[in-house]
Amino acid sequence: MAAMRSTASRLLANRAFLLVCLVATNVAMIVLAVLLISIFWQGAETLSWKFITNFASRKPAEAGILAPLMGSVWVCSICGLVALPLGVGTAIYLEEFSKRTRFTRIVQTNIMNLAGVPSIVYGILGLTAFARMFGVFGTNVDDAITLGDEESLFFLRLPFGSSVLAGGLTLMLVILPVVIISTQEALRAVPSSLRSGAFALGATRWQTVWGITLPAAIPGIMTGAILAMSRAIGESAPLLVLGGLLLVFNTPENLMSDFAILPLQIYNWASRPQDEFHAIAASAIIVQLGVLFLFNGIAVFIRQKLQKPLQ
Amino acid sequence: MIVGALFLAACFSILVTTTILLVLAKETWGFFQFDEVSLGEFFGGLEWNPLLGAEKHFGIWPLVSGTLLVTAIAASFALPVGLISAIYLSEYASPRVRATLKPALEILAGVPTVVYGFFALTVITPVLQKISPSFGNYNATSAGLATGIMILPIVCSLSEDALRAVPRGLRDGALALGGTRFDVSVKVVVPAALSGIVAAFLLAISRAVGETMIVALAAGGVAQITANPAAEVQTMTAYMVQIFLGDAPAFGVEYKSSYAVAAMLFAMTFLLTMVGQSILRRFREEYD
Repeated sequence: MAAMRSTASRLLANRAFLLVCLVATNVAMIVLAVLLISIFWQGAETLSWKFITNFASRKPAEAGILAPLMGSVWVCSICGLVALPLGVGTAIYLEEFSKRTRFTRIVQTNIMNLAGVPSIVYGILGLTAFARMFGVFGTNVDDAITLGDEESLFFLRLPFGSSVLAGGLTLMLVILPVVIISTQEALRAVPSSLRSGAFALGATRWQTVWGITLPAAIPGIMTGAILAMSRAIGESAPLLVLGGLLLVFNTPENLMSDFAILPLQIYNWASRPQDEFHAIAASAIIVQLGVLFLFNGIAVFIRQKLQKPLQ
Repeated sequence: MIVGALFLAACFSILVTTTILLVLAKETWGFFQFDEVSLGEFFGGLEWNPLLGAEKHFGIWPLVSGTLLVTAIAASFALPVGLISAIYLSEYASPRVRATLKPALEILAGVPTVVYGFFALTVITPVLQKISPSFGNYNATSAGLATGIMILPIVCSLSEDALRAVPRGLRDGALALGGTRFDVSVKVVVPAALSGIVAAFLLAISRAVGETMIVALAAGGVAQITANPAAEVQTMTAYMVQIFLGDAPAFGVEYKSSYAVAAMLFAMTFLLTMVGQSILRRFREEYD
């Protein structure tokens, strides 16, 4: 057995470790503060209402982010509209309906693995599956099959090309595992006595889920959904693979419109050497972070106000 | 009917994985059909030079080495800082301190990676250049530190979950035997939560390996095998960005090479996730 160290030295180690702890924990706070201050320092000056309502321009002084901002709104809306029902549905199936079979174990492991896939790989999948549709409709853009009126909102073109629909679906792949996992956690947090009570009253499995489990889990599901959406807003690598850096001068009009997104516009400006472009990149980051804080704020609000302990 | 629809939703995730595997396999196969490429060179060659020069070289190791260098720098910052912060949050911190620290970490976790890339380029790199002139405008350290900041919240929150799952009784027992908080944390709680902590580390490392926008902005574009943290390196993801931004004609050998790189990247992160999962399953200490 190892020799016991003296009480004094153990107390000293305890003190020293507390100091190390405080330093380590403050690193995160300091980094966050430096990050925010440096970005405001660089970008506050060029941030104006005109910056938000102007289109892109070669001249940094006249450039704006209207097109990428609206592009982000379109892409993230499509992403959310598909990912949330699909993800919540998967989680409900896994938690409430499936028996613990080999199949559900495979699905569960698979979802954990999907959560670890780098987002740029999803971009490749989106490019092949949505933008090019595996080449079944030919590889030439002019050969694309069109459905519906080009003026209408529901104009469709097969394959999708680098359109907002393809972009939204690609982002959906990225956040789907996040939605599934957070919904599963929310459902697991609902005490099983609630379910047993419903079953005892003669409710079917679906009635129990719809009437009891889901309402109890809604705050948790919504928090997870909002955090997943805030991930989607900031995600840029997969859409870079999908469409490259498009210079777009109009806001999307239908599902087949070309699009730019805010994070890629930031990347575009940040990757240029001139300081003027770095300044407007910082301004765009302020807008991006503003949206992010709004989302995080809503999530925190839901967690604190709506989540009642269910014991 | 509804159950059927839910079942189909669950099947969708399997479909996604299968499609990823098929697409990567098919395109990588197509890449190896080119005359310029061979499996031996891809896995044995020490030169990655697909775009410039008369002779093209497709040896994956320079890209893997760049990725590993950035990941190592990120990990050597984020793993200790994240774990110690997690120990502090779970073992020492008062609820009031937690209430300010957790939101800060959540904000850090939500910051888009392109913002970290911008931060690396406009803040970290100039500071590094002040410290030593050997750092260029693009270097592995800057990208590595920014990636470390990005994975810090993952390390911290997942490790903290693992530490908090250790039952109170173990701590009380150790404290009753006369241990200090430090003894309890390091000799009892951390060993008991080790499987969860290692899994958290592996997940964070796999995030760093797959990170794209930070390295595309701050690490540079020279594919070389080096351990010099001040050197410009190209990672696997940064190479893919270069190709998909249109530096190569579509359907040529350079373009297809990005799929082979993607397959390699997928294999690496998949391996890390699988190892993490199996550590969690096998070595979890259960207390009831």
